[in-house]
Amino acid sequence: MTAGPLVEAQALTVAVPGQSRGFGRRARRDIVRGVDLAVPRGGAVGLVGESGSGKTTLGRALVGLAPPAAGRVLFDGADLAAAKGPALRALRARMQMIFQDPQSALNPRLTIGTTLVRPLEAFGRLEGRRARRARAAELLDLVGLPGDALDRYPHELSGGQRQRIGIARAVALEPDFIVADEIVSGLDVSTQAQILLLLEDLRRRLGLTLVFISHDLSVVRVLCDEVVVLLRGEVVEAGPCAAVFDAPRHAYTAALLQAVPLPEIDPAWLDRPALAAQVPPRAASG
Amino acid sequence: MTEPILRIEGLRVAIGRGTRAVPILRGVDLAVAPGEVHGLVGESGAGKSMIGRAVLGLLPGGARITAGTVSYGGLDMAAIGPRGRQRLLGREIALVPQDPTAALNPVRRIGRQITDVLRLRLGLGRAEAARRAVEILAETAIREPERVVQQYPHELSGGMRQRVLIGIAFAGRPRLIVADEPTTALDVTAQREILRLIRQLQGRYGSAVLFITHDLGVVAKICQRVTVLHAGRVVEEGDIAGILQAPRHAYTGALLAATGRATARRRSRRR
Repeated sequence: MTAGPLVEAQALTVAVPGQSRGFGRRARRDIVRGVDLAVPRGGAVGLVGESGSGKTTLGRALVGLAPPAAGRVLFDGADLAAAKGPALRALRARMQMIFQDPQSALNPRLTIGTTLVRPLEAFGRLEGRRARRARAAELLDLVGLPGDALDRYPHELSGGQRQRIGIARAVALEPDFIVADEIVSGLDVSTQAQILLLLEDLRRRLGLTLVFISHDLSVVRVLCDEVVVLLRGEVVEAGPCAAVFDAPRHAYTAALLQAVPLPEIDPAWLDRPALAAQVPPRAASG
Repeated sequence: MTEPILRIEGLRVAIGRGTRAVPILRGVDLAVAPGEVHGLVGESGAGKSMIGRAVLGLLPGGARITAGTVSYGGLDMAAIGPRGRQRLLGREIALVPQDPTAALNPVRRIGRQITDVLRLRLGLGRAEAARRAVEILAETAIREPERVVQQYPHELSGGMRQRVLIGIAFAGRPRLIVADEPTTALDVTAQREILRLIRQLQGRYGSAVLFITHDLGVVAKICQRVTVLHAGRVVEEGDIAGILQAPRHAYTGALLAATGRATARRRSRRR
């Protein structure tokens, strides 16, 4: 096992659509621009930014779901773009993603049990229905859900429960690395707290390395050691959570921190001007 | 105290019938004064959305009011019947929904969606409605409103879509707005913009707002009074400062603790 960060992005640029600079009407639009990022083994790095900052695209690139237009992504020292065939499959099993919307991330026509068994089938883990179903039951237990959830459908579960399933599915293959993309947005605060505690617990128990994407800084601070702040595809600030939160160096970070409404009376809060540059609406660019 | 614009007394709502009925609201009392921004806070499942729907007369199928009254401006909502409610909704009483993406038709242009409402609810003619649609967008601080009316929802950011819906809600100069988790789907900076906009417009038109949310931080910034709901019952009610400083009920205390957690530390070191 090599020392050094488990996952690294080096001068990473990710674009859409396509990867080449077009001579046609559509010029390449860079979503992630020249990002350097290092995720230490067993660490938890928060990726923070507003909608349109590129954080989801960056997260996808880190698990090989978005090819680089420039730069590279290294997993355990191996260049993801260079890996092919069986080597790539082996790498893929070591990294997983949990998606934001548990509603759309779970196939509504499959039972929970089937959903959990799918990754095992796809990667040829465990032989036989019974073994796989037993593993699915284990996974449910791991995330604090009752065994009878195996035969339920996603619509029968609450948002928080669906998100637990998303987590269970992600750890099914015992990965080393997980990217969690806004997994507690849209959940109410107590459910958020439960999900974060679960993730933290699993991280310790299973020795996971984590990248946690969120627009909500208070959530990032609870879970992560380090935080990276993205604005329009570029890193504007990065460092240990305590340092960045207590003494942000970049105006945008300060603006993000200020925008979080605390449960205290502050008549000026609503009128305080937003320091952050306006993120242009999608239609205006490209 | 002036007559509340919205008064709910002893409201009970259940889903299902007879012995299989599941109680959702168990005797809720709530009063919103004219022009007041009143927070209704509680976890998912506490029943707060159900209260909003009961006020609008839009309870989901299977849910029924089993006891209690909902009065708007002194009018018993049950007594005025569906036709009476039709006259009020979209005009005097309006809704700002939680998910702007779900509330907008993806295959129709923004302008059309606004003018449809204006023509249906306010009886405006086609040209007048088109003009008003642009005005409404401008009022919500959307830049280039003449361009946006021609766009489709997917071309707008989440925050902009919510502005459109807020604009529609205020179009009839409502006396009461039910805002059902209007910022839950937005990120923090968009959220602040939307809260500012709601406060601005409600102040301008004197609209009362029943602001439904699970986030006490949001309540602290925009509401004057708050009702705390837990498991279908009101556990606490009062003005915002009092509730934040000295919550009387354990549940309120727990909600406070869960909100604005770790960033609170940085606040105390800042100034």
